Amino acid sequence: MSTLSQTRASPLSLAGYAICLKGIVWREALRFLHQRERFVSALVRPLVWLFIFAAGFRQVLGVSIIPPYEVYILYEEYITPGLMVMIQLFNGMQSSLSMVYDREMGNMRTLLVSPLPRWFLLSSKLLAGTSVSLLQVYAYLVIAWFWGIEPPPIGYLTVLPALILSGLMLGALGMLISSLVKQLENFAGVMNFVIFPMFFASSALYPLWRVRESSPLLYYVCELNPFTHAVELVRFALYAQVNWISLTVVCGCTLAFMLAAILAYDPARGLLARRGAPGGET
Amino acid sequence: MHDVKSAEAALAIEGLSHWYGSRQALDDVTFSLEPATFTVLLGLNGAGKSTLFSLVTRLYGVRRGRIRVFGYDVGSSPGEALRRIGVVFQPRTLDLDLSVMQNLRYHAALHGIGAREACARGEAMLARVRLSERAGDKVRSLSGGQMRRVEIARALLHRPQLLVLDEPTVGLDIKARSEILAHVHSLVAEEGVCVLWATHLVDEIGEGDDVIVLHLGKVLAHGRASAIVEQAGATDIRSAFATLTSASSPSEAA
Repeated sequence: MSTLSQTRASPLSLAGYAICLKGIVWREALRFLHQRERFVSALVRPLVWLFIFAAGFRQVLGVSIIPPYEVYILYEEYITPGLMVMIQLFNGMQSSLSMVYDREMGNMRTLLVSPLPRWFLLSSKLLAGTSVSLLQVYAYLVIAWFWGIEPPPIGYLTVLPALILSGLMLGALGMLISSLVKQLENFAGVMNFVIFPMFFASSALYPLWRVRESSPLLYYVCELNPFTHAVELVRFALYAQVNWISLTVVCGCTLAFMLAAILAYDPARGLLARRGAPGGET
Repeated sequence: MHDVKSAEAALAIEGLSHWYGSRQALDDVTFSLEPATFTVLLGLNGAGKSTLFSLVTRLYGVRRGRIRVFGYDVGSSPGEALRRIGVVFQPRTLDLDLSVMQNLRYHAALHGIGAREACARGEAMLARVRLSERAGDKVRSLSGGQMRRVEIARALLHRPQLLVLDEPTVGLDIKARSEILAHVHSLVAEEGVCVLWATHLVDEIGEGDDVIVLHLGKVLAHGRASAIVEQAGATDIRSAFATLTSASSPSEAA
């Protein structure tokens, strides 16, 4: 052991970065596995939508043939991509919001005093959160398969890069919000002001041409909503197709949100310095 | 302090000021700490201790003044500075749902230390704080004092030469407090670690300790505890502290 201490490698080497990334993802996965309730509730939420809401709504809302679908589909099949991205939305908000909460706050401090650059630490945390959301989404897809929602087998593979992108985008958005909001009374605030508007003003539950019929204004709001494009990206990818517009929008938003979050957490420029560390006592 | 010295100092702080909005938290703080010394940062709540720690550990950026750790500026070469610092924050920062060893391994990874080396070091560190048999237990099952000892073990995992602790004994009983204090003192003596120990409890100060008195963001005194007592014309450090802080004009730094 004493020899090891002499040949101390710099943490700033490439291997150090890899070890750090691995460690952050490993911890996030461990925490997730330890918190059974979180996994169960992450799974129950979309299943309630699928089993109850979709069943009830099926008769009300007919879905015509729109790309990427080539045949008439059941409503359950239509909302599945929306629910997949909803899982990621909740996951992104929850894992980032937990940064604001005191219990997790200490962990954010532990993370930020690492000698590695902060952009790398935050990106690693995003990747870790996204990995956890992938676990949740695939668990949902398995149950949905038994419910009769059977996308082409290749779709399970082609949807993966789309899910990684949408997970990163929503995680980065959550991180940005966590850096902007000093103290959130509870999760309900974010539910009301971020999750619900994003989810309902999107193509997750109804095709946008339907929205257009009733309200052109809402249609444009939906078109501008990044969540819509995350859903469409996943919807097309699930049928092994690419929606280029959505891909562009999601890539652009991911980059923008990530840059903004990294800036917000920058010790010199960021908001932390101005209003005190998250959860930090002054 | 002299410039030549501060290049080698474990921690050198020069002219450090900090504001939250318009409220000034630190006002022209200057001091330096030599390697292998134990220094108590004494101040009431709101004196600026936590702000100082947040600046030293780069949670906030330095806006006026300089902080150097073994010659490395925290602002311009944060990586080199941070890898030399071990931190114990005032709030608990362990993952309650993970085991003691998992917490240590995570911290090691954040410092670029691989799993095998992390386990070896972790076991050695836990042995030092006499918690070897708890390595596999969830942190949640530990007592407050044991958690603190794990946090100290964790802070030392990457072998920093500067250890900063922000009110590490808050919420602990007398026995746990004295154990942790003794342990940290032994680190200074045996490993040559430089320790900055923030507290508002004067009874944690030994006669031979160096003390920095921080009050309303200003350094009022810096020197041996006995010298500060003498200088203030008091009988013990408690009354010296009271004398210093009641006089609003800052005295000469030792």
